[in-house]
Amino acid sequence: MKTPIYFDNHATTPTDPRVVDTMLPYFTLKFGNAASRNHSFGWEAEKAVDNARKQIADLIGSTSKEIIFTSGATESDNLAIKGVAEMYAEKGNHIITAATEHKAVLDTCKKLEKHGYRVTYLPVKADGLVDLDMLRESITDKTILITLMYANNEIGVIQPVKEIGKIAHEKGVLFHTDGVQAVGKVPVDVIKDNIDLMSMSAHKIYGPKGVGALYVRRKSPRVQITAQMDGGGHERGMRSGTLNVPGIVGMGEACAICHREMPEESKRLSHLRDKLRNKFETELDEVFINGSMEHRLPHNLNMSFAYVEGESLLMGINDVAVSSGSACTSATLEPSYVLKALGVGDDLAHTSIRFGLGRFNTEAEVDYVAGRVIEVVRKLRELSPLYEMAKEGVDFSKVQWAAE
Amino acid sequence: MAYSDKVLDHYNHPRNVGSMDKSDPSVGTGMVGAPECGDVMKLQVKVDEATGVIADAKFKTFGCGSAIASSSLATEWLKGKTVDEALAIKNTDIVNELSLPPVKIHCSVLAEDAIKAAITDYKRKQEERKPVEARA
Repeated sequence: MKTPIYFDNHATTPTDPRVVDTMLPYFTLKFGNAASRNHSFGWEAEKAVDNARKQIADLIGSTSKEIIFTSGATESDNLAIKGVAEMYAEKGNHIITAATEHKAVLDTCKKLEKHGYRVTYLPVKADGLVDLDMLRESITDKTILITLMYANNEIGVIQPVKEIGKIAHEKGVLFHTDGVQAVGKVPVDVIKDNIDLMSMSAHKIYGPKGVGALYVRRKSPRVQITAQMDGGGHERGMRSGTLNVPGIVGMGEACAICHREMPEESKRLSHLRDKLRNKFETELDEVFINGSMEHRLPHNLNMSFAYVEGESLLMGINDVAVSSGSACTSATLEPSYVLKALGVGDDLAHTSIRFGLGRFNTEAEVDYVAGRVIEVVRKLRELSPLYEMAKEGVDFSKVQWAAE
Repeated sequence: MAYSDKVLDHYNHPRNVGSMDKSDPSVGTGMVGAPECGDVMKLQVKVDEATGVIADAKFKTFGCGSAIASSSLATEWLKGKTVDEALAIKNTDIVNELSLPPVKIHCSVLAEDAIKAAITDYKRKQEERKPVEARA
């Protein structure tokens, strides 16, 4: 076993060597521009892009023509939300999203608010899921779009996408989902799930960085979006810019591998994840799971280790790569807004760690990481005045904390 | 973010971890910060009542590595100092010693506050004892 160990697969994944192999010829030999219509270099590139489009479409149950290539999921989210907002501006100006969305969605919505759109940010329940009745009640005759993520990047909870899409369609509202964390990891079917637009990213599914896609439904309903970049009119006019052929080929292959291996891989990873969780719960007291365990990605575990500040824990397990919801690890010095939306107190948010397992992690790594975390948590609890107080039976709600 | 060697050293080998009897009149206890803010420091000094010199210092900290290092360093510095000398320790001294980056300056401020709170607590206890002794 080699260290450091990578358990941060929600942030990004290593590119699968099989994907890299597929990409390589497209840098040096088959380097053509897919938009070159009059020579074999162009045709070759176009053929490769079409093949990748098919591989992606097959993974999500769409047709090839419904896949629009982008630079990544942030662009896909921007294109979907702003593109729908602009295209359907005459129909209405109201968008519904949720407090736990990725910043690529939240900040896009905030930008639209500055341009006169109205946005409803739905709260989530303690398990991280949106309340469907509340969603239904939020829809007005001005609502043009519901944008709710398939699975959350911090806590891995899977939203009731199919039901959300059904509600949207009953009300004649379009449904966009940020599918970045879910596609390739759990079965996603845009038809069964009633999805109209879906953002995807290659580097979260063992593909390369810098390439993503947006699914745009073509039938019942036929979704139109306004392009957000002007240029050569590539991608059926929705996204101009020379196609990143090697990246696209890589994304296609990454999707094909996920499609083939998902049943086996998800079973293996959920077993490892449960093992990690069980070790923590058996060996340590006062550990808490954040978010629903029932509706969750197979490879995600998000736990709070009470009385141990997240960054100090990360420092102790310096040969393991994970993320923390602690303020000290964020640029904003605020603890995770996702955990906050779940009603997790700031005190526990500061102690949260996200474990994201992936294709290349092994059982030996899980055992090692569990051991390291347990060791460091115990050590830091010896150092923690809060753990000492908790053991003495102090009621924290009655303590007058001296503010800084 | 990279940590300085001194921060790492204090984190890996924290000095003077522990707790002393809060009810002991020669012990001053300072607890600053709040769990919601991600930092709580408890710092205690045991003072030789005859000389006013700090004989022992202990800490426990919930917080990031820099917060742990700041309080660990503070306990090292406190030992052997008089109560008044202890009050002269400034957060900037801690920043310089540990090479704390700007985002971690608040950790040093917290450590200075903890020192002041512990000394204040000790002095208050001493004040409270005086009338009792006067009566005896």
